[in-house]
Amino acid sequence: MATAPELTVTPSGDVLELRPAGSWTAANVTKLEAMSEGVAPQLDRSNAIKLDLAGLRELDTLGAWLLEKMSRRASSAGHPVELVGVGDNYTGLIEEVRQVNRRNPVPPPTLNPGVAKLRDIGRSAVSAMDDVNVFLQMLGSLFMALVGVLRRPRSLRLTSLVYQLYRVGWQAIPIVVLITFLIGAIIAQQGFFHFRKFGAESYVVDMVGILVLRELGVLIVAIMVAGRSGSAYTAELGSMKMREEIDALSTMGLDPVEVLILPRIIALVLALPILSFIGAMAALYGGGLVAQFYGGMGPPIYIARLHEAVSVTHFQVGILKAPFMALVIGIVACSEGLRVKGSAESLGKQTTTSVVKSIFLVIVLDGLFAVFFASIGM
Amino acid sequence: MQEVAPQFAIRVHDLVVGFGKTVVIDHLSLDVRRGEILGLVGASGGGKSVLMRTIIGLIPRRSGEIEVMGSMISGANDRTTQAAAGRWGILFQQGALFSSLTVRQNIQFPLRENLVLSQALMDEIATAKLEMVGLTPEDGDKFPAELSGGMTKRVALARALALDPAIVFLDEPTSGLDPIAAGDFDALIKTLQKTLGLTVFMVTHDLASLNTVCDRVAALADGKIVAIGPMRELLQSEHPWVRAYFHGKRSQMLQPKAS
Repeated sequence: MATAPELTVTPSGDVLELRPAGSWTAANVTKLEAMSEGVAPQLDRSNAIKLDLAGLRELDTLGAWLLEKMSRRASSAGHPVELVGVGDNYTGLIEEVRQVNRRNPVPPPTLNPGVAKLRDIGRSAVSAMDDVNVFLQMLGSLFMALVGVLRRPRSLRLTSLVYQLYRVGWQAIPIVVLITFLIGAIIAQQGFFHFRKFGAESYVVDMVGILVLRELGVLIVAIMVAGRSGSAYTAELGSMKMREEIDALSTMGLDPVEVLILPRIIALVLALPILSFIGAMAALYGGGLVAQFYGGMGPPIYIARLHEAVSVTHFQVGILKAPFMALVIGIVACSEGLRVKGSAESLGKQTTTSVVKSIFLVIVLDGLFAVFFASIGM
Repeated sequence: MQEVAPQFAIRVHDLVVGFGKTVVIDHLSLDVRRGEILGLVGASGGGKSVLMRTIIGLIPRRSGEIEVMGSMISGANDRTTQAAAGRWGILFQQGALFSSLTVRQNIQFPLRENLVLSQALMDEIATAKLEMVGLTPEDGDKFPAELSGGMTKRVALARALALDPAIVFLDEPTSGLDPIAAGDFDALIKTLQKTLGLTVFMVTHDLASLNTVCDRVAALADGKIVAIGPMRELLQSEHPWVRAYFHGKRSQMLQPKAS
């Protein structure tokens, strides 16, 4: 069984005799490495080496490599190495180890840091262009698939669409209601707290109503859907890509965009306006509760003020944005899913990219809509 | 105190494994001798992989005893099992390489986790292992996703051998390889077994591997070992399943007049 490794060094005349003994195995590597490092100066000084392995109890690849390394060190300096006392069971291993690590792999050429920086900038510019390209391609093939479905309505995957709608719509309702309710309540509370200083409490209702219906309701819900359903889409499609399921679909003559992506995106486009509406209602309800218990404004007054402050235009502005946001989230999520490569790490990376990118685009889109609606006077 | 190296690398006694109502392994006993290559054959879904995974502690058993290199195995999370784990290496069917690490880091992973040694030595060992399984040092910088099926198996074998284990478990090592690559892999296993003195426990369907590399073959049917011995004894076995396995149409094609 395992015994402590030893290395006896006896200089006799010109010849340095090395006698390794005990277990030269991986379990003792720390000790072995120190011993073989320690003997290096003596190896360099002596003219000939004699390696006597008769005392070895156990030897594995690691031990054999350390012995080989010592003898290589000596022979590369031009000193002859004599190997004696090799047990029969170790011959094969020692022969094997003699073959390895002969060739030093060429290290990759290092770049000037300035050039490397420039190269990185160039690469990221190209990849940004690539992102735009991928987005437009997905939009195009989605449109083509939609045209195909309109021509032959029977080719729409209705089961899949209903199932996706159930997942991204119905199952999302509780969390959407909870979050928007809290947001509405927080806005109202902050409004009452600060507007009270000016005696302008009644305008809190205007603020809550307009903010929730026009901007926050749809934006918060879109961000939540991007995090909840967009990431799920990316991960699903990505793992299908990894398992070659998408290739299998294509070889059967089916268009993965029509079969997998179209139902998902249609479901998202249908679900997001509905969720935004539900979210806006929950936020107004939250605001109303705060108005009653914190602001001292009863429900009849709150509703009457809301009636005066909010017109149907505000609601339209909010809800009109929802399908476009859904489209952006869906396209980003699905195209990122299809970009997943073989590894688990790439799946994680694309899912993160999908969520970050769709949230960013949703906010940018919201800004563009704000400019647009302002200029047409809505 | 005198310690004698056990004659058997693996001893399985009266093992029962089941899932729900089905019993997959039914009072099975099996001894694997030190330094031999044992091939395990059995029907697809017949419990070969289950047996292997039970021995290494990944699947809980209902009853029975498993002894690996003289120490009892009870479950994957158990201390003694983990101590024993340093003495075995496993080649999973799909390779199971860590996809976020390079090939070299994959091979170094067991070294890094279990031993204290310098990075330079670790690199040398990793390269040595790579070359021993027939790859080049340049392959060390690749990621698992960039490897072909045969290379994945070789890297997985290099990782399984990283700590110079006493036992190697191979789960269908040649499946999915072309006959030439499979033949090379068989030769590699045989060479490594000789040089490193390994005990190899190999689950396989490859009749050619069974014929060329295995010292003994065990046949698993109905949850039991129905026949065990060198290939020529198995060919003469009277058990109906074993007969069907080795004397079916496909096997006849492979063994023209094996007498």
